[in-house]
Amino acid sequence: MSELEDLAQRAADAATSGGASDAEAWAEGGRSREVRVHAGEVESLTEASGRGLGIRAWIGARTGYAYGTDLSEAGLTKLAEAAVGAARVADEDESSAAPQPSGEAGEIPGLHDEGVASTGTADVIDLAKRIERVALDRDSRVTGVEEVVYVDEDSNAAIATSRGVSGAFAASVAYSFLQAMATEDSEVQTGLGFGVARSPRDLDADEIGAEAGDEASSMLGATKPESRTCPVVLSDRVAASFAGFIGGALCADEVQRGRSPFADRLGDEVASTAIRVADDGTDPGGLASAPFDGEGTPRSRTPLVGDGKLLAYLHDSYTARRGGADSTGNAARASYRSPPSVSPSNLMIEPGELSLQELLERAGDGVYITEVAGLHSGVNPVTGRYSVGATGKAIRGGELAEPLREFTIAGELLATLAAVQAVGSEVRWVPFGGSVHSAPFLVAEMAIGGS
Amino acid sequence: MSVGPLVDPDVAQRVLERALAHGGDFAELFCEERRGFSLSIDESRIERPQSGSERGAGVRVIDGEVTRLAHVDGLAEDDLLRAADGLASALGGGATEPVALRASTPPELQEIEVDPASVPAERKAEVLRELDERARSAGSEVAQASASYSEGRRRVEVFNSEGLRAGDDRTRVRLGVQVVARKDGTVETGFETLGEHRGFELLDGDPARIADQAAHKAITLLGADPAPAGELTVVVGKGFGGVLFHEMTGHGLEADAVQKGASVYANRMGEKVAEPLLNAYDDGTMPHEWGTGAIDDEGTPSHKTAVIVEGRLTSYLYDRLRARRDGAESTGNGRRATFRDLPIPRMTNTYIEPGDADPEEIIGEVDRGFYAVSFGGGQVEPATGDFVFGVSEGYLIEDGKVTKPCRGATLIGNCLQALARIDAVGSDFEMKTGFCGKSGQTAPVGTGQGHVRIRGMTVGGTAV
Repeated sequence: MSELEDLAQRAADAATSGGASDAEAWAEGGRSREVRVHAGEVESLTEASGRGLGIRAWIGARTGYAYGTDLSEAGLTKLAEAAVGAARVADEDESSAAPQPSGEAGEIPGLHDEGVASTGTADVIDLAKRIERVALDRDSRVTGVEEVVYVDEDSNAAIATSRGVSGAFAASVAYSFLQAMATEDSEVQTGLGFGVARSPRDLDADEIGAEAGDEASSMLGATKPESRTCPVVLSDRVAASFAGFIGGALCADEVQRGRSPFADRLGDEVASTAIRVADDGTDPGGLASAPFDGEGTPRSRTPLVGDGKLLAYLHDSYTARRGGADSTGNAARASYRSPPSVSPSNLMIEPGELSLQELLERAGDGVYITEVAGLHSGVNPVTGRYSVGATGKAIRGGELAEPLREFTIAGELLATLAAVQAVGSEVRWVPFGGSVHSAPFLVAEMAIGGS
Repeated sequence: MSVGPLVDPDVAQRVLERALAHGGDFAELFCEERRGFSLSIDESRIERPQSGSERGAGVRVIDGEVTRLAHVDGLAEDDLLRAADGLASALGGGATEPVALRASTPPELQEIEVDPASVPAERKAEVLRELDERARSAGSEVAQASASYSEGRRRVEVFNSEGLRAGDDRTRVRLGVQVVARKDGTVETGFETLGEHRGFELLDGDPARIADQAAHKAITLLGADPAPAGELTVVVGKGFGGVLFHEMTGHGLEADAVQKGASVYANRMGEKVAEPLLNAYDDGTMPHEWGTGAIDDEGTPSHKTAVIVEGRLTSYLYDRLRARRDGAESTGNGRRATFRDLPIPRMTNTYIEPGDADPEEIIGEVDRGFYAVSFGGGQVEPATGDFVFGVSEGYLIEDGKVTKPCRGATLIGNCLQALARIDAVGSDFEMKTGFCGKSGQTAPVGTGQGHVRIRGMTVGGTAV
């Protein structure tokens, strides 16, 4: 048993000795490193280690949560008391009970890569500097990079419960992103580049830098389009945000509480047959992948939308009990600081047949959307309506034309899903809207708000 | 919660010495203890009671233009020294001697009458039940109500190699309520909050009024038409309408963005950026406001900074590092979300000073326009000045009157243009609470204004 598992077990025991009828403890420990580079120089360097633990306690059908970073015996006892005390305030909820997961948690190959620990800080600084240089060298009009951020992390997590659940796993992640600025006359445009992997060795500096530089320079001269309704191609990045919107609305918690456009629609026609979406918490490439979820249930693959129909909702043990279903292993923890709640793991947009070029040809005349802004304010997950700021390029005669900015796209989730005409074949992991294995797609029509 | 210092000043002095053992211009120890409790009600059931507590510290060394930070959980001397040693080991010079810590006059703290942690959780649950009941009795259209209560207390201590020693003790209480209304297959939501840098006494009186307000919004929107799309005169509501100024101007004044040229306000100090009727401030000293503190997270006393005076740009917002680069003084805007984060220039409470226009006349003078009462939030790209805002409650203005409610509207535009087009500022005024995200850090901020009119702005909607 690992040290963290042992810690979690002692915390769960402390809660049951302190009056909980059941208890679950989740412990995390890890090291992280962050480098920020600007104008060829290191701007800041952060190194950190941390450890913390959260306890979910049940008193019958009441549940409460407490977290802390004091992991001494006395600290665990206090934490257990706080969790039990919290549970006393809650009202009884017949669906609330300690999870009793079934099935074996599988090993996820490559979840932890030695590369994070074995790559020196000087090397990751070089990587970040190279990313910046590549962006600047792409085009003479790329005049600066706000900063290149590089982050890596080695983390361990463990769970133990009063029902005999226990487990632990290690994971690593390395990512980098930057915002490049292109200038012409007095106009400034920005472009984002990013890469995500399990090890810094798997980050491609040239690709990340080029993406930001190319996007910034290609946006120069952007104008506001005319308001109209037209065919739209969503880039892989925007498609990922859209998938995140779908995934959120498919979480059973919101569905059961009547706060989702997908409520009471299981088995119904909700989409065009062109689009298929699944949740997969076991794909080795996905950042949200793990042997088990935030309450010990094995992660799994759940087809959500296919053949035009709504196939499933995402469940944790609470919503499964409440809805008479099985947990899909979607109890997520942002960290030990919050109790588990239903959330997508990795959303997978199943790739189609057409290249991006062919999607644009199918669109004919329309708009290619490369970025959306204001997602947290412009999307209403209860009603499914959205209206968000966008940037992109015009599509004319099946080809990308002039850059466009300062407009909105608006619509309604189910109507948009029904209007998907084709999904592209080029896929990519995108860390927006959660963790999404994304592909661009073509929507028959969408409202563009411009001048 | 413990009273007395988080860290012994002698320990702090040793940490600073060790951090500068191999050189560096500046060292700082930031210590923090945070505790919180939250609770919610959903489907009329009290749920998700949650408490948390943590202590930790961040040690920062600045050497030339390079900043190094090491943070640890807990405040044990050994851990703090190890963090300091780790930072020092990256430098190869001779020791820099920190100035001896001075006992400073403690800043005046916000008065907290009732420590929320001393109030039984049952009482907090009662407040939520009251909100729930009020929301549900607001109309037959109300289908769902949920509400949340949260309290947090943050004690911080800052020590630095220039001899500074300062501390703060910040208590914040906040309520939020969301109502879902349903009629003939249409669904709408309404949201309202109440929050201050204050104790449990914030909830004296009638806190459940925010449930009425949220329900009213949701029910009103049930009769809404799709928002118009196109260029219109926009009247922005008081209070949370101030988030527009926060996003379109405030972020562009934060000195980190300015110094990288990633702000449309760079190189415009002293220039006219708005009509002379516009005055605006960032003020961390406003009593009991959400973004208020005695000091910032670098120990600089909170400040009232005039950023726009009679339409001219008068100041950027600085933390220590960026102030040093510009040869300026910190404006008390060096904030960090937790001890795990580096301080960066952030707004505190940002607002447009009340003007002399009557809010009714501001609307009365508009033939056809859009009235944005409140926003779901917004986002701005400081480098280009482009912004977008989701409107959570909006109406058409026709012939000087507020007429139909509209759904699904966004306001999009460019900061410099929109700011220059403000042609009326109302005499009414209100502050509201918000959470601002920047560089992965979340900070409590206040936003405020009276009614403000902007001539010509793009409204994005579905009615083409």
